[in-house]
Amino acid sequence: MFSYYLQLGMRSLRRNPVLTALMVMAIGFGVAASMTTYSVFRATSRDPIPQKSAVLYNVQIDNWGPENTEKGEPPPALSYKDATALLRAHKAERQTVTYPIGISVIPEDPSRLPVREGAYATGADFFPMFDVPFIQGQAWTLDDDERHASIAVISKTLNDKLFDGGQSVGKQINIDGHLFRISGVIQDWAPQPLFFDVPNTSGFNDGASVYVPFNRAVDLKLPNNGNNNCVADPGEGWDNYLRSECIWLSLWAELPTRAAAESYRQYIAGYGAEQQRAGRFRWAPNGRVRDVMDWLSVQNVVPPESQVSLVVSLGFLVICLVNTVGLLLAKFMRRAPEIGVRRALGASRLHIYAQFLIEAGTIGVAGGVLGLILTGLGVLGVGLVFPEPIARLATLDPMLVLLTLVVSIAASIIAAFYPTWRAAQVQPAWQLKSN
Amino acid sequence: MQILPILAALRRHKAGTILIALQIALTLAIVCNALFIVHERVERANRPTGMNESNLIAVQNRYVGAPSTYLPIIRTDIQAIRAMPGVEDAYVTNTYPLRRGGWSLTARTAPDATKGGAQTALYFGDEHTLKTLGVQLIAGRNFTASEVGSFERQESPSPPQVIVTKTLADKLFPNGDALGKVIYYRGGKPSTIIGIVAKLTVPWIDMDFMDSVTIMPLTFNDGGQSFMIRTKPGQQDAVFKSVPKVLFDVNRMRVLPEKYGIRTFETVRANAYEADRGMAILMSVVCGVLLAITAAGIVGLSSFWVGQRRKQIGVRRALGAKRSDILSYFMTENFLIALAGVVVGTMLALGLSQWMFTHFEMKRLSFTYVMVGVVALLGLGQAAVFAPALRASRVSPVEATRSV
Repeated sequence: MFSYYLQLGMRSLRRNPVLTALMVMAIGFGVAASMTTYSVFRATSRDPIPQKSAVLYNVQIDNWGPENTEKGEPPPALSYKDATALLRAHKAERQTVTYPIGISVIPEDPSRLPVREGAYATGADFFPMFDVPFIQGQAWTLDDDERHASIAVISKTLNDKLFDGGQSVGKQINIDGHLFRISGVIQDWAPQPLFFDVPNTSGFNDGASVYVPFNRAVDLKLPNNGNNNCVADPGEGWDNYLRSECIWLSLWAELPTRAAAESYRQYIAGYGAEQQRAGRFRWAPNGRVRDVMDWLSVQNVVPPESQVSLVVSLGFLVICLVNTVGLLLAKFMRRAPEIGVRRALGASRLHIYAQFLIEAGTIGVAGGVLGLILTGLGVLGVGLVFPEPIARLATLDPMLVLLTLVVSIAASIIAAFYPTWRAAQVQPAWQLKSN
Repeated sequence: MQILPILAALRRHKAGTILIALQIALTLAIVCNALFIVHERVERANRPTGMNESNLIAVQNRYVGAPSTYLPIIRTDIQAIRAMPGVEDAYVTNTYPLRRGGWSLTARTAPDATKGGAQTALYFGDEHTLKTLGVQLIAGRNFTASEVGSFERQESPSPPQVIVTKTLADKLFPNGDALGKVIYYRGGKPSTIIGIVAKLTVPWIDMDFMDSVTIMPLTFNDGGQSFMIRTKPGQQDAVFKSVPKVLFDVNRMRVLPEKYGIRTFETVRANAYEADRGMAILMSVVCGVLLAITAAGIVGLSSFWVGQRRKQIGVRRALGAKRSDILSYFMTENFLIALAGVVVGTMLALGLSQWMFTHFEMKRLSFTYVMVGVVALLGLGQAAVFAPALRASRVSPVEATRSV
């Protein structure tokens, strides 16, 4: 029966090629627009570190007070005072503080030009916490942090650039005139969204190619290359800056269990209360301990452009569906006499349903194929619409291909429900009489 | 016009009528919001900076190594650039409009005030700044070479003389007598306003103090500097190509980043408004395709109706209706359906706009856009129905006598 109905459907579609083409195009365009914008939305809203996103927590402390914050949301970063106090307390299994530094790497070979590289100052725990993949050597140790060691981890790309991809562990790297010993080489690693540094990157960029110990960076007064926000003048000099309430550091904690997270939250509240008692905060303790996905959502990592275009293209798909309903209705009702004959010859309503839904399904398949081609073009063209760091995240993977086909077929069958119902209501007697 | 019989006939085609009206309503809602977004984004991307943006090149330069002071090498660099053939003028600064990174603080009219004042962006420069940027001085005078100084990182910049934009001057001194007055930047010493420029925008593209700028005759003693270069007309390409060589010949210990190192100001503007341009393109494409699909849908359904009613048309023709009567029947029918569609669509459009306003901080849809959308969709409906209606008008009266 199925193949017979399929044949009938194909024949009917061939009979009105213009109408068929219109429907296929409506479904194809509607699905392609939605899938293309969805691919961007999916890329910007995805979990950057699925295996650990539930146990990694960003920490916020309100050191500014209600006058300088909005809706009770603490500032998005920490002051040096708070960050180092929490580090010293060591209430989490692992924790690390980070800030971006702008550095130039000076190659040993004097004929090569210096290169500007993205870099972070951070702690030894950074690498095991975020599952950073090493290809040579390893991370520096907590002991190196304590000793303020001049030690660095570099990325594969930088290793290729400086050492032609060779073994570089133990070698020196010259960062703005300071020598650092390389302890390990990592794969080019930049989870997107770049969850551990959202305030400075908005979530999407190339990541860094050099990591150095936080303590050493502070000793060298390596200036913060990210946002630096102060509510009061910090005064002159690096030491005043460290003592100030300027916020520029991110603190992340790994808390493997719910209980650990809860007790860490209590600790943060306690810390705030302690600062209030000491007279530093003139407001109630106001801290936040948020896991990765919470943090990304509070920081509005998904660009509004991505959401607006998804909403608009879903609206577009709905219009295409309404359009298809209208065209299918026209097409099916034009065949009322044929339906009458079939019904008179013994076909039940169910048979009519099956026949017409299968016909609609073939339109869905054709629309899906067109939609797939257009989605492919759309994903290629995303670069025209979205900034490069976001555009390159949108890809046509097997999931998206499958989704495109499923959505097209589902859409065409949903669109066919009402016209099919109308077709099944055709009174055979009336049709036969008028003929 | 015989509207009542048309309405009576439509009652027999409820589903088709509702579908076309619904499609028009949804299309109107999406199209006028999308067009409004296009308009808003294009307008944003074309906002003037107050500068003469042609023949202007921006260089972002980073010195490498840690010399005790950068001032001599900065001076050598800028002298080398000014000496280049084809260069009209140049100066060194921390940032410039549309760079999307910079320095802002509060300027006040009294040294110890904690309230009031105005937020302002800071541009460091010298006596060449106004000429290089091509901004218009409307009151007072330019800096002189002897007024140009320098300051260190972590120092509060506050030179004795500053030039401000008219917007900032009016904000601080609403009576319009800002010239010659003393103002205070946070943590700094008094500064006298010696000049006022008509307009210059801040380095960011989303700020509530877009035109509030201070130019200070200072060089920031720091490894990161931007050079602004005004070239002679027709020389921009030549200068653009030779800048890196000139700079590296002076001193190799520097980095000019691959992507944002050397840019013409057209590129600076295009980079700054990349996301806006993208949205405008996407929304235009969506509008175009949407209108085409809606038109196609109307053609399809109208053709079906014409086919279904050949017999009735034939009867009307046989009873004396002219071709033009048949044509106007279908045109009117479509107009009535479209009218119902745009009424519902207007409400949907305003609702969608309200929703986007609350969720994405977008501006509310202006009513002009709804009106333009209404007229466009009514016109689209009429254009789409014309061909089927014309076919209907050609139905011969003989059809009345034939069985379908």
